Amino acid sequence: MGVTGRIHSIETFGAVDGPGIRFVVFFQGCPLRCLYCHNPDSWDASGGREATAEELVEQIKRYRNFIKNGGVTLSGGEPLLQSEFALELLRLCKQNGFHTAVDTSGCIPLSKCKAAVDEVDMLLLDIKAIDSALSKRITGAGTENAVKLLEYCESVGKPVWIRHVLLPGYTLDNEQARRMGEFLKDFRCVEKIELLPFHKIGEYKWENHEIPYTLAEVQPPQPEQVEEYRQILMSYGLKA
Amino acid sequence: MEFKEGKWQHHINVRDFIVRNYTPYDGDESFLASPTERTLALWNKVKALLAKERENGGVLDIDEHTISTITSHKPGYIDKDLELIVGLQTDEPLKRAIMPFGGIRMVRSSLEAYGRKMDPEVEKIFQFRKTHNDGVFDAYTEDMRKARHSGIITGLPDSYGRGRIIGDYRRVPLYGVDYLIAQKKKAKEDYVFDIMNDEIIRQREELSEQIRALEALKEMASTYGYDISRPAQDVREAIQWLYFAYLAAVKEQNGAAMSIGRISTFLDIYAERDLQEGRYTESEIQEFVDHFVMKLRMVRFLRTPAYDELFSGDPTWVTESLGGVCIDGRHMVTKMTYRFLHTLTNLGAAPEPNMTVLWSQRLPQNFKNYCARMSIETSSIQYENDDLMRPEYGDDYGIACCVSAMKIGKMMQFFGARANLAKALLYALNGGKDENTGEQIGPEMALIKSDETLDFNEVWRKYDQICNWLSRLYINTLNIIHYMHDKYCYESLQMALHDEEIYRTSACGLAGFSVVVDSLSAIKYAKVHPIRNEKGLTVDFKIEGDYPKFGNNDPRVDEIARMVVEHFMKKLSKHSTYRNSKPTMSILTITSNVVYGKKTGATPDGRKAGEPFAPGANPMHGRDSNGCIASMMSVASIPYEYAKDGISYTFSIVPAALGKDLEQRIKNLTSLLDGYFAEDGHHINVNVINREVLLDAMEHPEKYPQLTIRVSGYAVNFIKLSREQQLDVINRTFHTRF
Repeated sequence: MGVTGRIHSIETFGAVDGPGIRFVVFFQGCPLRCLYCHNPDSWDASGGREATAEELVEQIKRYRNFIKNGGVTLSGGEPLLQSEFALELLRLCKQNGFHTAVDTSGCIPLSKCKAAVDEVDMLLLDIKAIDSALSKRITGAGTENAVKLLEYCESVGKPVWIRHVLLPGYTLDNEQARRMGEFLKDFRCVEKIELLPFHKIGEYKWENHEIPYTLAEVQPPQPEQVEEYRQILMSYGLKA
Repeated sequence: MEFKEGKWQHHINVRDFIVRNYTPYDGDESFLASPTERTLALWNKVKALLAKERENGGVLDIDEHTISTITSHKPGYIDKDLELIVGLQTDEPLKRAIMPFGGIRMVRSSLEAYGRKMDPEVEKIFQFRKTHNDGVFDAYTEDMRKARHSGIITGLPDSYGRGRIIGDYRRVPLYGVDYLIAQKKKAKEDYVFDIMNDEIIRQREELSEQIRALEALKEMASTYGYDISRPAQDVREAIQWLYFAYLAAVKEQNGAAMSIGRISTFLDIYAERDLQEGRYTESEIQEFVDHFVMKLRMVRFLRTPAYDELFSGDPTWVTESLGGVCIDGRHMVTKMTYRFLHTLTNLGAAPEPNMTVLWSQRLPQNFKNYCARMSIETSSIQYENDDLMRPEYGDDYGIACCVSAMKIGKMMQFFGARANLAKALLYALNGGKDENTGEQIGPEMALIKSDETLDFNEVWRKYDQICNWLSRLYINTLNIIHYMHDKYCYESLQMALHDEEIYRTSACGLAGFSVVVDSLSAIKYAKVHPIRNEKGLTVDFKIEGDYPKFGNNDPRVDEIARMVVEHFMKKLSKHSTYRNSKPTMSILTITSNVVYGKKTGATPDGRKAGEPFAPGANPMHGRDSNGCIASMMSVASIPYEYAKDGISYTFSIVPAALGKDLEQRIKNLTSLLDGYFAEDGHHINVNVINREVLLDAMEHPEKYPQLTIRVSGYAVNFIKLSREQQLDVINRTFHTRF
């Protein structure tokens, strides 16, 4: 009997979850409570369905013709919360020749997920805010663990794509953009930064949820604002 | 420079000419030329005419006095001084002709719909002259009328031109008409046997008709000042000669689909020679192509509102097959392939000609990327699997209509529209009675025993019996239709551009595919309880529990999909057909999925009465929950060997879900196409568009005159669809995850 874990769902066509077309496994369970989460149904660690790493890989193998130039991305939820399950899945994917990525908020202490991080080909690391206190307001957790994870990646040369949600009234301002640029500019492991403008697509999922949705009044940012933010990052020599 | 010599010089063999002379092109699109001033001026005139046509309720003008033949009308022009490629169906652009040989009734009701009256002279002629439609109804049996009326078989070409025949229009520029006439005369001389049976008599009569049509073609061209008795000398002539041949076909026949074949690589041979000899520049060649394509965008037929409901948006299916790979291993992409697709940039997006890329894993990456970009920008391209079709049809086949492959000049099909298998399943549950009317349409059958909770094995047994009846009735109906079409509405010009020995197929089709598959899956894996009305007919179903749904790459239900296809195809193969044609089957609805759905009661999969089916082989809307690749895998698992007339799949995605930027989107779309076709998918329509754009176009059609979207097997001007059809397109699954 192989390692089992809980997954929320799969997506056979992930086009925005790492390089190329990705088979995405959404893990169930997340310690964060991001205000803008578009998958609140993936929070509860006892929800979802049980799956074994073997059965998932058997399924993934059937998609080789589509993902041979892309790969497999573990997302969630927080995939590194089930770090042993993640590790086993990554191992099997690699054995079968698939490129792998983990999409994480970095909130899990490195001591608990180091083996999985060592196994994966690259990380999509979601820095929630450059300011740890603000991160705490948005997600319930500070950024210390994420920063440590990024430093570890730098030390072992693990490629990282930074992702960052631009939330008007929270993270979307030029001062924070400059601090972000200043912070990231010396990390050689950071290949690029993907700015994710806040959107309201998943809002309906909050309807039947115990926690109230607090961003109903917040509108998605204007494209010009996003562009301005991007320009600032680029002025630090970053690829955004 | 002479063309390379070969077999093509000794007898008609266009393929041999192409293979010996064409130049594969591996480069990218940077060589392409922008539209010339003249092209833009001419296109502006056409756009103004198209706007007027739209304002006028869809039809600009009709000539109700002249029965259309190859030579019936005086030459027509858009603007004689600007046009480099000439020829119109009537004496004025977009003026529609009457073509009564398919059915005078169709002409009458079309004229009525647009506020015109039949010309008494024309009426008089048809007191003495029978049409295809008259013939069919003389021979139809009571059963056939009932099946047609109930809608278990519909869309039959029994009152209009059947179409789906591709003349080898390339023969005209390559050989000149005189050579073609001489060959046909020789064939007729040789066609003498000891016994003159009906087959031989018919063939001799048809050859005579063909020779007359070729003479008429020459005459028509001469009214435009061209002598096409000789071969074309350069690319401009080649395009003009070829267009005359096609024009003669659309003056003679208002076939449902009038596809043009596989012409671009052929034409490139002339263009390449002209470029090398300095006769024309790239810009001039593109100009000829632009002007030619403008003409193809202007082909019009007079049709009834009922017809439009089935085949919405005024389509003509001027399908052009692009690319593919040669048997000798070289790909067949040429600069002309690019030039044809480039018309979508130079003239803007459009549904016609129906641009169909024959995709192979071995196409050059540059071309794959270019196609993907054009799909992303215009949603005007469909793709079909050359690697799947080439073993069967070689490297000189074309697509007729949407998905029907045929060797050009060597094969034709008897178009048979489609049978509604969702309704067939309901007949199985209702003792052969129609679920809406209670009328006994199918054979009387004992009622289902497991009526409390449907038992899969029992339902399948009954469905099997219904399919025995339906397949027999269907083939027999087609036999009558095509017998009469040959007799009263023969395509003499198109068949003159074929060999004498033709391989014919009886192209059947099925509708309601994913509804039947999901219904059977529900019966097998969940508990389905029929709800019946006072007449004992099913009006709804209660479903307890969940069941695997088609479109999720779930082997449990995909196995049922395979079973349904193989089962019906094997039934069709058992019946004898008109002219010994070979039965084939397509899974294609065009836009009739809406009308079919409307006529079909609630089904065991949970679909309510009257709701549209999914188009073609698509999974039902909203039931695919594992993302679009899972959906593609399910469709690709349908066995092509049992559906050789084609399996249509329509894929719609919002741009943001395809990738972060254009470069990523191009890369991801080519990977998707490579993957889908490597899994033996047959056909895919690609739409890359935001739903909001479609919603806005519904409210403000004037802002979107050229907005084009792919529906099952063809493309339409979105704003030309009925409101119902527009909603159907919008309600379908759009892959939106980002």
